Amino acid sequence: MKNDIYDVAIVGAGVVGASIARKLSSYDCTTVVLEKEWDVSFGVSKTNSGIVHGGFHYPTSLLKGRLEAAGTIMFEKLQQELHFPFQRCGILVVAFTVEEMKTIERLYMQGVENRVIGLELCNRDRIHALESKLNADVVGGLHAPSGGVIEPYRFVFSLIESARKNGVELQTRFKVVKTENEGEHFLLHAEDGRRLQARYLVNAAGLYADELSAACGAEAFRIIPRKGQEFLLDRNAAGLPGKVIFPVPAPNSKGILVIPTPEGTCMVGPTAVEQEDKEDLSTTRDNFEAIFHSARRLIPKISERDIITAFAGLRPALKGGDFYIAVSEKQPRLIQVAGIQSPGLTAAPAIGEYVKDLLKSAGLVLTERADYDPLILEVPRIRKISPYEADTLLENDPAYGEIVCRCESVSEAEIVAAIRRGHTTMDSIKFYTRAQMGRCQGGFCSYKIMKILMRETGMSIEEITKRGGESRLITDRVGALTVHPPTTPGKKQSAGEAEQ
Amino acid sequence: MREKHTDAVVIGGGSAGLAAASRIAAEGFSVTVLERESQPGGILNQCIHNGFGLQRFKEDLSGPEYAERFIDLVEKQDNVEVLLETTALEVSPGPVHAVYGYSRHTGVTRIDARAIVLAMGCRERNRGNIGIPGTRPSGVFTAGLAQRLINIDGFIPGRRAVILGSGDIGLIMARRCTWVGMEVLAVIEIQSYPSGLTRNIVQCLNDFGIPLYLSHTVSAIHGRDRVSGVTVTPMEEGKSAAAKSFDLECDTILLSVGLIPDNELSRKFGVHLNPETGGAFVDAGLMSSVPGVFACGNVLHVHDLVDYVSEESERCASYVIEYLRGEYPARHQPVSAGANVKYVIPNRYLPEMTNRFYLRSLIVKNKAELIVTLDGEPLKRKKLAHVQPSEMVSFSLDAADLPRISEPEEKRLEVSIV
Repeated sequence: MKNDIYDVAIVGAGVVGASIARKLSSYDCTTVVLEKEWDVSFGVSKTNSGIVHGGFHYPTSLLKGRLEAAGTIMFEKLQQELHFPFQRCGILVVAFTVEEMKTIERLYMQGVENRVIGLELCNRDRIHALESKLNADVVGGLHAPSGGVIEPYRFVFSLIESARKNGVELQTRFKVVKTENEGEHFLLHAEDGRRLQARYLVNAAGLYADELSAACGAEAFRIIPRKGQEFLLDRNAAGLPGKVIFPVPAPNSKGILVIPTPEGTCMVGPTAVEQEDKEDLSTTRDNFEAIFHSARRLIPKISERDIITAFAGLRPALKGGDFYIAVSEKQPRLIQVAGIQSPGLTAAPAIGEYVKDLLKSAGLVLTERADYDPLILEVPRIRKISPYEADTLLENDPAYGEIVCRCESVSEAEIVAAIRRGHTTMDSIKFYTRAQMGRCQGGFCSYKIMKILMRETGMSIEEITKRGGESRLITDRVGALTVHPPTTPGKKQSAGEAEQ
Repeated sequence: MREKHTDAVVIGGGSAGLAAASRIAAEGFSVTVLERESQPGGILNQCIHNGFGLQRFKEDLSGPEYAERFIDLVEKQDNVEVLLETTALEVSPGPVHAVYGYSRHTGVTRIDARAIVLAMGCRERNRGNIGIPGTRPSGVFTAGLAQRLINIDGFIPGRRAVILGSGDIGLIMARRCTWVGMEVLAVIEIQSYPSGLTRNIVQCLNDFGIPLYLSHTVSAIHGRDRVSGVTVTPMEEGKSAAAKSFDLECDTILLSVGLIPDNELSRKFGVHLNPETGGAFVDAGLMSSVPGVFACGNVLHVHDLVDYVSEESERCASYVIEYLRGEYPARHQPVSAGANVKYVIPNRYLPEMTNRFYLRSLIVKNKAELIVTLDGEPLKRKKLAHVQPSEMVSFSLDAADLPRISEPEEKRLEVSIV
């Protein structure tokens, strides 16, 4: 155990924990981020839809409404400093009836009250001019140029990289199983026996915030996991819109959306199904037709044929639906940051500020650091630059000439950049570089990435995992297994018929 | 940036690219082949089993041996340059095309050429393409990736495998996995007939007692970190009979569920692609919608045997040669797939020459018949002992079979199977 006592320990390295960590890194305090997974952003944030919301969905009477409105305007500056994929492409909420237009007008008024810039109510001509792929039956809607799209894991990776550059420590695979209040500080025990001390604790544990709160002897509440499944569509899909398309929201759901991504692909989803299990991320074919029917109602050219992959995530919802961000009433040096579901990603930068202020109010002395550097190095991406620029880049780093992933045009230099930033699982590298994320889903590049990982980290092939834990890819070397003689050929099922 | 000038650039140094390059060079033209791997031969290098070349060489060769025949040919030709570890990442089409090759050794090279041959091969369909529900653990591999890991790298991906899809790579891998000590529990095929060659069913499954479940599919994948099992569901009259499902405990799933031409690059520079094949629309000379850009082998459409790839690629080379000589005729008469035919390649024909066609049936049938019509009038019939989607059908039409067609006239050729 380290002898020093940290000023702040943040439990959870999702977009919320990372935003808080980066904010604190600009102050003169010692901060550690504890993540139970093998890499940051591997929990709830990994499967976020990647929408930067427009600030009109919720009233400012709700904390999440205020933080969304405050957070959304912070992304341009963050992008300049942190170079994550983000585009303020705009959001359209589309109406099919006069009745639905009334809801649209209500959203517009709410947005105006929230001081959202640029909102417009659109008639039929205007909305179709803004997005040519919409269903012809759309009669009008709301245009929020303030909305956008982002790659959520790249955002988290950048926030953590920036925080670490400014002195924040990160400990992955640190699953807090027990906390002890030792008067002036908390003593945190990890599952693997590691321990550390911190004066203030920030509970940004996502799906597990309720368990951590209980472990600290703080407030009792319950996180209700709500599963959302999304389908990722090919970048050449005919239905790809230029803006995020929402239907008119139902009372407790924003509905099935069509979401372009900053990298040119597109997502359809998410669903919303409450469940008990915090680990179950399985996808289903349930309601498959209904989901695509809903999406096609918005954009008729959306097709199941363009699906590259499907994935599911869990929203860490609290009863009542609002965020719960406050100094614990039972543990005055614990800051609760729980129930951060949509629009949590949009609100995250504002949550960072808000939690910083809560820490101050709880007694933490924060002095701005003179040597704080908000910038991180931008890693050039070979797919984004011309052959002439690439040629110049190659002179200094020949690994830019080795194209590892053919579907997304990712070079070895980018893979190495990911590894040197601590992203050493196959999924981490996928999220950092996009290698394995394209049409072949790793069929051609995964063995190349495994070899680069071995070379760069000294790991053996058997140690390489998809995302940590037991998710290893290779079990043995050729020659290591005993070869069994063939069993007696038995007629099983239709095997006989196949002989023709 | 380095610059080169050549008559033809061949993108891909596998079976298609090597055959095309060698034939073009044999007529005295200069050819540059771009190959991303460190040696030529493409996917043949990992196909260490035999069964290659039975048609082409009347010999039973392994994949690397088959590749070697063509590598030897190319190496003897001074006017073929093979750039290894070089990836073509961008093409600017024009009267003279510019192809940008990226390499760690030589940086970016711009190669100017009048003709381009697309020979990038194909890739495997994966879990996302077929949408198997369930968890997303490690241990799900495409069969070709597993083949590469075992045969080239010496890495075994798991210990107890279920193979989904009875494509040839899946069947070959059932045997290969058994040989390295893995246990192969079953091969699962959703159709009522196998997708691979009959000889592979016999030699790779029956000889090893590996059961083939026809009309079954994998309806769920289980396991949190690593695969722990699959649910197998029978198909009855096109619908899954969920009540009759059963689970198999395994740590590995190999997918052999089809191949798709790898046209990432072609699409980027405007080559029109046929949704039925995933390859380019081509005229009777295998030229794509971009003038001077040709396609052959598995990047055009997926072939059953490499022998056919070699044949098609050499034929493609002969058209490239005509093009480079300025003797390439407009090939504008349309061809279409009729009843029970998935696709016909090429998409156009030329009445004045011998036209070779490849097609795939949509149906399974014994004693079938191929019918070719010209503007609805019967032109040719051919008896086929057996047709099924997994076995490619070919036929030729000579100039003698076809009527003279005067220039503005259009006569559509349609190919059907009954």
